[in-house]
Amino acid sequence: MADKRYESVKKLFDAKSAKVETNRGEAYYEKLFKQCEDRLSELRELTPLKNRLDFKETIFDEGVNRRDFMKWASATTAMLMLPSVFTPLVAEAAELMNRVPVIWIELSDCAGNTEALIRSDGPKVDEIILDIISLEFHDTLQAASGHQAEKQLEEAVEHFKGKYLLFVEGAVPMAMDGLYGTNGAKGETFKDQLIRLSSDAAAIVAVGSCATFGGVPAAAPNPTDAVGVMDVVKGKPIINIPACPANPSNMVGVILHYVLTGQVPELDSLLRPKFAFGYRIHDNCERRAHFDAGEYVEEWGDEGAKNNFCLYKVGCKGPMTFNNCSIIRYNEGVNWPVGVGRGCIGCSEPDFWDKYAYERPMSNAHIKAPTGGVEKTVDEFGLGLLTAAGIGIGIHAAASIVGGKKSNEENQ
Amino acid sequence: MSKKHIIVDPITRIEGHLRIEAVIDENNKIVDAFSSSTMFRGIETILKDRDPRDAGLLAMRICGVCTGTHYQRSIEAVEDAFNITIPKNARLVRNLIQGALYIHDHLVHFYHLHALDFVDIISATKADPAKTAQEAIKWAGISGYKPYTSAEADFKAVQDRVIKFAKQGRLGIFGNGYWGNKHYKLTPEQNLIGVTHYLKALDIQRDLGKMQAIFGGKNPHPQSIVVGGVTCVQDIQNPSRIALFKQLLKDGTDFIKGAYLPDIYMAGTMYADEATDKDATYKGIGGTGGGILSFMSYGDFKLDDTGFYEADQLFPSGLVLDGDISKALEVDTDKITEDVTHAWYKGDKPLHPYVGETIPNYTGLEKKDDGYAYLKTDEKYSWIKSPRYDGKAIEVGPLARMVIGYVKGDERITKYVGNFLKRANLPVTVLFSTIGRTAARAIETELMADVMMDWVDELAKNTASGDLSTWTEFDFDEVAVDCKGAGLAEAPRGALGHWVNIKDGKITNYQAIVPSTWNAGPRDKDGKLGAYEASLIGTKVANPEEPLEIIRTIHSFDPCIACAVHVMDTKGKELAVYKVDPNCTF
Repeated sequence: MADKRYESVKKLFDAKSAKVETNRGEAYYEKLFKQCEDRLSELRELTPLKNRLDFKETIFDEGVNRRDFMKWASATTAMLMLPSVFTPLVAEAAELMNRVPVIWIELSDCAGNTEALIRSDGPKVDEIILDIISLEFHDTLQAASGHQAEKQLEEAVEHFKGKYLLFVEGAVPMAMDGLYGTNGAKGETFKDQLIRLSSDAAAIVAVGSCATFGGVPAAAPNPTDAVGVMDVVKGKPIINIPACPANPSNMVGVILHYVLTGQVPELDSLLRPKFAFGYRIHDNCERRAHFDAGEYVEEWGDEGAKNNFCLYKVGCKGPMTFNNCSIIRYNEGVNWPVGVGRGCIGCSEPDFWDKYAYERPMSNAHIKAPTGGVEKTVDEFGLGLLTAAGIGIGIHAAASIVGGKKSNEENQ
Repeated sequence: MSKKHIIVDPITRIEGHLRIEAVIDENNKIVDAFSSSTMFRGIETILKDRDPRDAGLLAMRICGVCTGTHYQRSIEAVEDAFNITIPKNARLVRNLIQGALYIHDHLVHFYHLHALDFVDIISATKADPAKTAQEAIKWAGISGYKPYTSAEADFKAVQDRVIKFAKQGRLGIFGNGYWGNKHYKLTPEQNLIGVTHYLKALDIQRDLGKMQAIFGGKNPHPQSIVVGGVTCVQDIQNPSRIALFKQLLKDGTDFIKGAYLPDIYMAGTMYADEATDKDATYKGIGGTGGGILSFMSYGDFKLDDTGFYEADQLFPSGLVLDGDISKALEVDTDKITEDVTHAWYKGDKPLHPYVGETIPNYTGLEKKDDGYAYLKTDEKYSWIKSPRYDGKAIEVGPLARMVIGYVKGDERITKYVGNFLKRANLPVTVLFSTIGRTAARAIETELMADVMMDWVDELAKNTASGDLSTWTEFDFDEVAVDCKGAGLAEAPRGALGHWVNIKDGKITNYQAIVPSTWNAGPRDKDGKLGAYEASLIGTKVANPEEPLEIIRTIHSFDPCIACAVHVMDTKGKELAVYKVDPNCTF
């Protein structure tokens, strides 16, 4: 039993964060660089889809500070896990983003990702809307309603057949043959609309946890049988950008990557781009040193909280969660859930509402009886161990041993 | 000569999935209207059996636009059940997080979700930038503030940008708009001001979002509120955080007073004829878009630490019924019921939320020969129920809060509303209209921005005095045995109530009646119209093919439809009947 516990803890805390090879060697990058150059020159030959200004022209017209723009481009290059030599290419790709039309539809959603999109920095949002991406349709921002809105959508689909990126926000309710959600005057179900619009898309970007993995509506007992896009759409490239809501930097990153390379970025087994979801929150956390030192917030507002100690014991799921929050944060880096003393709720992971979203460590989770998935997870992490008291310390001790460090526990 | 039955679906520039159907007579006047939501998620069912401490995070996902409001109300309901009073720092932080939401939400609503109902983008391309600058100075002058944009060159730059954009042919999200419709009443110069501020507001709102992130961790969907208090202890004791918050608030305030309010005066003046057109109303009071004129507010923003239901409030609670501004009544929540006669649920009589049932009973739309699917308006036609107060349909929102505060003689609200009316030289009844509803939201934004500056100073002063308490301790195992509580307060869109029953540490029942349920609900068993429906009656439509007037009035309520349609109580098991494939989980 002890061995099993040890193994499960080892598995959890020894999991390699850097699943992404951040350095793939010169030959690889040289080849990619050439490929990107070719792609961009090809795009440059295209007219900007006859519907957008040339961003290049706009930057100078509008007096957008070139240095700020290059600063953004270089940060974005790093975010995309590319060597700095790619920066000029990334900048150029941003200027050519208007060659890629985007259609954005909303299904069983709360518009949280739309709200996140309009908090985007780097290219500012007015630039995104007017100049940069060719936003052909967006429910929440669309000027026209009703038949005129539907016409706009259908025209865009027809005009850009096979070329557009379809951004999908919200889950797909499958129960009652999809009738828990309909769009448009014909009463088309979300499910049918998604399948129809997907068939003419170049690729589909599921944005936010609902569109990726079902999210809130799919939480137990999943009253409407909600699922993510990848469970409905088959035979098309799908990119998942989970989190609740998704970080706008990652949305822009995906579009940029597509423009730059003409391909979807490298994805993990959950179809998440590795440039964003290759990192484990825990490994880049500003409070990590306190975890290693065995210093924890024991309850909200205590001395530990005042000293920014580790939040594991008040439920932070940073060790289980892959996302780049601890690196790029939110709202132009202003803050993030660990910074604000709350901890991570695992919102970029499948089924996080049933697995992670509570303010206690898994040992005394007190979580809802799951409809699926949770037992398996708890088992995987070692149910016996996790129900033991003082699990944070226990795990810490084990992790420290695993990591070959001197444990505070031993001293005590 | 026959009546036209039109469908507007999707209603865009709102949160959620809303359909409006309207019947228009031969004089192009709306004689009947139906409001329907076309999406159902079932969030209360999902909340059942969960730990009440976790409910807030999940309840927040009811809406991503009024983000943080449901979070707070849910946690307050649990705190009410546990009888917890939060520390002063926590109260102030929550007020600041929620206040930041109000000004962010109201601003985004006006510019990005509503302005294009008044502002004709194409007309702006014909404006004279020099005259536009004069125009901007004029309206800011009425407002009494320095205009946010007044340089001819700035207007010229925006105009050039729009002209180039328009020349490209395809207009993307601005495509197929109702440009040129004769119910666009602003001059080209005024339209250029509107477009300029539309673009500027995109920047401003990003900064306002940061205010919520400073104490909330991120925006949308902040994360620092917990049962008992808040977690952001390091942020409230950090002077640079406080300073950043104040700077962002100050910059936002400059825009609110120098652009938002002047633009409201401008639109209000240009649409004053509609706002006073009694013939175009449901009740013969006010003007176009007025509607039912019965208002309710639960009150919100606690100003002292005596307790959630004891504290003095920034917005008072109350009721003003049938447009009678001579008196305000107190709210008795026992008089709230929900009717499902025309909603896709089973049930034969109105029920109080505590004993409410919500069993889906979807009867669908009717496909007609023209290829469209119509609401079966004689039967059930929406996923939203019809809440009633003492049998009456009610409107909630900023207009309700301002009217109730005004009628009750609240000093602060009376001052802000009074100043607005005095400057615009308009009677108070002008508020009972589409433009009045929109103006009330702006008045509230100004008030909120001013009062938040005091709160942030109060917070800084309190932490400087050594009080860093952010959480009230409680013994969960002791308090969560058997209890119930309610979080009744306001959201930007109006009165919001969360009710929770708890037994042995788990939620046994969860209910929410949200603002857009009140506003967007269908008619009830007696045929009494919901607030949206009534507000459309009497409206004159310039061109029945272009539902500009309909969306303008509907937008004035700031619909949040995902909010309104999550309602689904403890009958989760019945839902199994509808499952197509019970194994279809992850």
